Formats: sequence, structure tokens, C-alpha cells
Amino acid sequence: MSHRKPRIMIVDDERSVRESLREWFLEDGFEVVTAEDGLDALKKLDSDPFDLLVVDLKMPRMDGISLQRRLRETHPDLTIIILTAFASVETAVEALKLGAFDYVTKPVDPDELSHTVRRALERKQLTDENARLRDKVTQLATAAPIVGSSRGMERVMELVGTVAETDASVVIRGESGTGKELIARAIHGASPRRFFPIVAVNCGAIPETLLESELFGHEKGAFTGAHYRRKGKLELANGGTLFLDEIGEIPAKMQVDLLRVLESHRFNRLGGAQEIESDFRLVCATNRDLEALVKEGRFREDLYYRIHVFSIEIPPLRERREDIPLLVEHFVEKLSRSMGKPSKQLSEESEELLQAYDWPGNVRELENAIERAMVIGTTDSIRPQDLPLQVEQEGGTPRDRSLESLESEHIARVLREESGNVSQAARVLGIDRGTLYNKIKKYGIRSG
Amino acid sequence: MKPEILLAHLGSFRPTWSEELRRRVAAATDHFVRAEPLGIDLAPFYAPERQQYHATLLLAELLRHLPASGGRIVGITAEDLFIPVLTFVFGQAQLGGPAAVVSVMRLHTEFYGLPTDERLLVDRAVKEVVHELGHGFGLVHCPDRSCVMSSSTYVEDVDLKSERFCTECSSLLVAGSATTPHT
Repeated sequence: MSHRKPRIMIVDDERSVRESLREWFLEDGFEVVTAEDGLDALKKLDSDPFDLLVVDLKMPRMDGISLQRRLRETHPDLTIIILTAFASVETAVEALKLGAFDYVTKPVDPDELSHTVRRALERKQLTDENARLRDKVTQLATAAPIVGSSRGMERVMELVGTVAETDASVVIRGESGTGKELIARAIHGASPRRFFPIVAVNCGAIPETLLESELFGHEKGAFTGAHYRRKGKLELANGGTLFLDEIGEIPAKMQVDLLRVLESHRFNRLGGAQEIESDFRLVCATNRDLEALVKEGRFREDLYYRIHVFSIEIPPLRERREDIPLLVEHFVEKLSRSMGKPSKQLSEESEELLQAYDWPGNVRELENAIERAMVIGTTDSIRPQDLPLQVEQEGGTPRDRSLESLESEHIARVLREESGNVSQAARVLGIDRGTLYNKIKKYGIRSG
Repeated sequence: MKPEILLAHLGSFRPTWSEELRRRVAAATDHFVRAEPLGIDLAPFYAPERQQYHATLLLAELLRHLPASGGRIVGITAEDLFIPVLTFVFGQAQLGGPAAVVSVMRLHTEFYGLPTDERLLVDRAVKEVVHELGHGFGLVHCPDRSCVMSSSTYVEDVDLKSERFCTECSSLLVAGSATTPHT
């Protein structure tokens, strides 16, 4: 977990004041940086995060008020204490209106300074904690529960309980749509890191050129279009869990970079000289055969061993058909609430149909099927004709056996299996992306 | 053998309890401590507009009078001390450095309109000297209110703490996690 010293910046043009305060705060155990005016402060703020700024009002080049106006745009969350001479108390009041935490008059009583700094840091800690808890509440409110009473899912939940307590890296395996992200969130939610964020990245859905900046973040001007400094997912996951979905899709160069980060938990933002430390727990997911990728030389063996400390395999839905009624009940309740519609019962014929189907898209496909039935169904029960599976007869043979119909069905299925990733689906289908886009358009297939 | 600590009496400061202070500082720090007057002129460090003495400049002067063989120096004065941004300080040290300065002016009960209490004055002086030496050893303020390294901005804070390092600060000193002197 992240327990670092509070970082304070003292911004004052008088060297003796800077040095006195520096010594004073060092004795209190803070990390202290000094800046001689507003411009110097902005430069230093660009490369490092700070918990508190102690700012003099009167300075050459850029004074305290101008600095505060700039910081309101670039660092709105920064806590500022104003240092002022008695004569400029009116300006200090203006600083308070701009959002400064408080002001102290020079020379300041040591107790007043200590007290003001302590209050400012306590408020910052509470504000940060509040933001974290809001995120957590949002996550909890939006997270779907894991439904299933089959032996297979019980085993998965046992493993989640075992691994959650540790800080070990985990690889979650399973076909598309089995709920790998849900399991990752369950691990995080049961771990000591649960009060810090879980940050998810789908490595297969982000183009290679963007993935690097997404993970590592970038400094202002690092590349064309980098107008602002941006924190990467590695940095945002500090204290919590980093969830890398579709880890098997990660490009070769990124595999090397990621391995380096996992070894040291230190990295640089793109275009940045400052080394950043981030303490996160890694959970990965894949529907690919990682061992085969290693053998083929498409996935680094050293990275494989680094991430593969613990493995959890989620069974496909066709191997836990006894969970289908529970899942249907859960989706019907959830969807009726969100759609504001009355709940529906599953007809006997529909249940037979659902039990007979192979579910290549797993739980996600089942949820989609129930959603469709909830939308188009006109009675208080879900009938076979409400389900998208009704085009298939017993044994899975389609009624419409035209070549186009088969092609449309097959493309839709592959897209589902590849979580809507067009590039990956095109590779599986053995056609180029342009052709696939044309066919998606022609058949009116939803690729998302 | 640990390098010695020199308790340098500055200006007119010549207390009758000098030997007790020396003995108790030696016991608290486990160092050999010597006490003697240091004949430096305090006038250059006086700020007439504040009627106080500049602690940082005085500290810089003390660095020129360090005992031989890497020892430490703590200047003790009866005058009131300040650093530019604060109204006063009880003392000042360089974190991890070999010099410190302590004022006993605000440690007197008379300063607060109370009857003389020499016993309390000696207790406070011992704590402040050991506290500033602790900073010299590299220790920062300690959250344990009874530890000599706990922060004191009021004299009442000084009275609350003991003249000893708490277990955690002691272990930092023993482990050498606190820094060694540097100039």
C-alpha cells in the first residue's frame, strides 16, 4: 500500500524564508521542494505531484494570485496556504476567494503554522479518501454479482477467496463472455486493496500506438496531440489492482516494457524524465492459450512466468448448464428494473431451448438473448420466438440454409467470441478488416 | 568511541545548573558531553527591528566552532531566537547536521508571568537540547507525545514530553537509519 511522506512546495522569492520553512517542514518529516516564484513553481509542478503549496503573495515574474489563477485550471485539486505580509491581507482574502485553504501572516506563530498545515493535509486526505470511496461506491453499484451454483463456479469462487488475500499475480482464463472481468473485480473486492481503485485495460481493444500512452501516461508535448500531461493506468492503479484484459494480445515491444515495470514497479511517462513508482497488484485475463503463444514465440516466456503465479479457469456455460435458470432469473430481474418493465417467466419450451443451445458466446450471449426477449416480447412469459436462438432448430441446424445466412451467423458469432474486436475477428475469419467491415454493414450485424 | 558533544554557552549565559544539564544530556544521548563558554560576539546576529537573534545565522557561525574529530556542537543562549518566517523558535538544528542552537528565554516560567521554577527550567532545557540533537542525528518529529522528538510549538508541549527517545526513535538511532553529521 502507498504510505509516502506528504510533499510540500514552498514558493517564496526570499531565500531566507524558503530555507527557514524548508528546515521547519523537514523536521516535521515532510518532503520539501522550494520554488523562487510562480513560474518556477509551475515548472516543478509539471513533473511532480504535491500535497500542499505554501505560496507567498508578492513575488517577481509571477505573483501568488496569478499562480493561483493558473493552478485553478491545471491543478484544481491542489491545496494552497498563502503567506502574506500584514499589509497585503486584502489580497490574501482575494486568494481565499480563489480557493486557497487559508492564509498566515508573516512572521507567523510556529503553532499557527503547524496547525494550519495539519488541518490542510487532513482535509486533503479526507477529500482524496472521499473521491476514492465515491469511485468504490460507483464500482459496487455497477458491478454485476457472480451468479452460479454449479460445482465449476463454486470452485472458481473458492479460488477467488484464496488468492484475494495474497498479492500474487493472477491469470483468469476462459472463453469470451464467461465473465473474466467480474472475477477480476471479485478478487479486488475481497483483497486488502479494495479501498483503492481497480483499473481495467483491454489490451486487445486499444491500437498498439495508443496502448503505450494508455498504460504509461504521457507528459505534455510527448507526441503530437499530447496537449496535457496525462497519468497512465499504471499510475492510476497505485494502491489498487491493475486488470489487463486480453493479455495475450499485447504487442511484443509492450511485453518488454511491461515486464520491466512488473519487476520494479517503476516507470516513466512517455516523454518524461521523472521516474514514477506505483504499487499495484496485477490481474490478467485471456481467452487465448498462453502456453501455445509462448511456444510459438508470440508471448515472452519471462513475462508468462511473471504474471502466471496463480491461474483461475472459468468453465464455459455449456459445461455448467445447471446455472442457466439462475442466470436467466438474475438477468430478467436486472433488466426489468433497468427497463421499468414487469418481470417475465421463462416458458417450458424456452427453457428447453436454452438448455439445448451450445452458448459459444457464454454468459454474455445469454444476457443478450434475455435482453432481446425483454425488449421484443409482448406477453408476460419469454417464448421461444422471443429468443434470438429460435432460428436454430433442435441440434443447432439453422432453418434458413442460404449461404448468406450462414455467413452472417458465423460472422456474428466470431465477433461475439472476440468481444467485438474487429481486427481479431478478421484474423480468425481469414479476411482483411475492410472486407469484414463491408460484411458487417451488409448484414446489419452489431459489432459491439 | 562516539564523537563528543560540546554544549557551548553563548554570550552571558552561565547557569548554575550547567553541570546537571551536561550530565542529563549525556545520559539521554549516550554520548560524551563537554560544557564550556564559547566566546563569540552575538551582536552581528541581532535584528533590531525584531529585538531577537537570527537562529539560522547563529547556526552557521557555530559550524565554525565544531569540536575536533567529527563532534557536534549545541549553542545555548539566554537570548530570544527567530527564523525569518516565524515569530520565534525554541531552537534550531540542521537535519542530519552537526550543529544546533537552543534559547532558554521562553523556557523560563517568568516569561509567562509565573513564579520562578528553576527545576522546571532545567527539565525544559534538557528536553530542548536533546530534541535538537535528535534532529542532528537525523530524526524527524515523532507522533509519540512522550518522546523527546515530539514537536513543541508551545512550552506546554515541552512539559508534556520526556527527555528520552521513544523505542522507535531509539531503534532508528541504533540502526543508524538516522543520518550521520554532515556540513
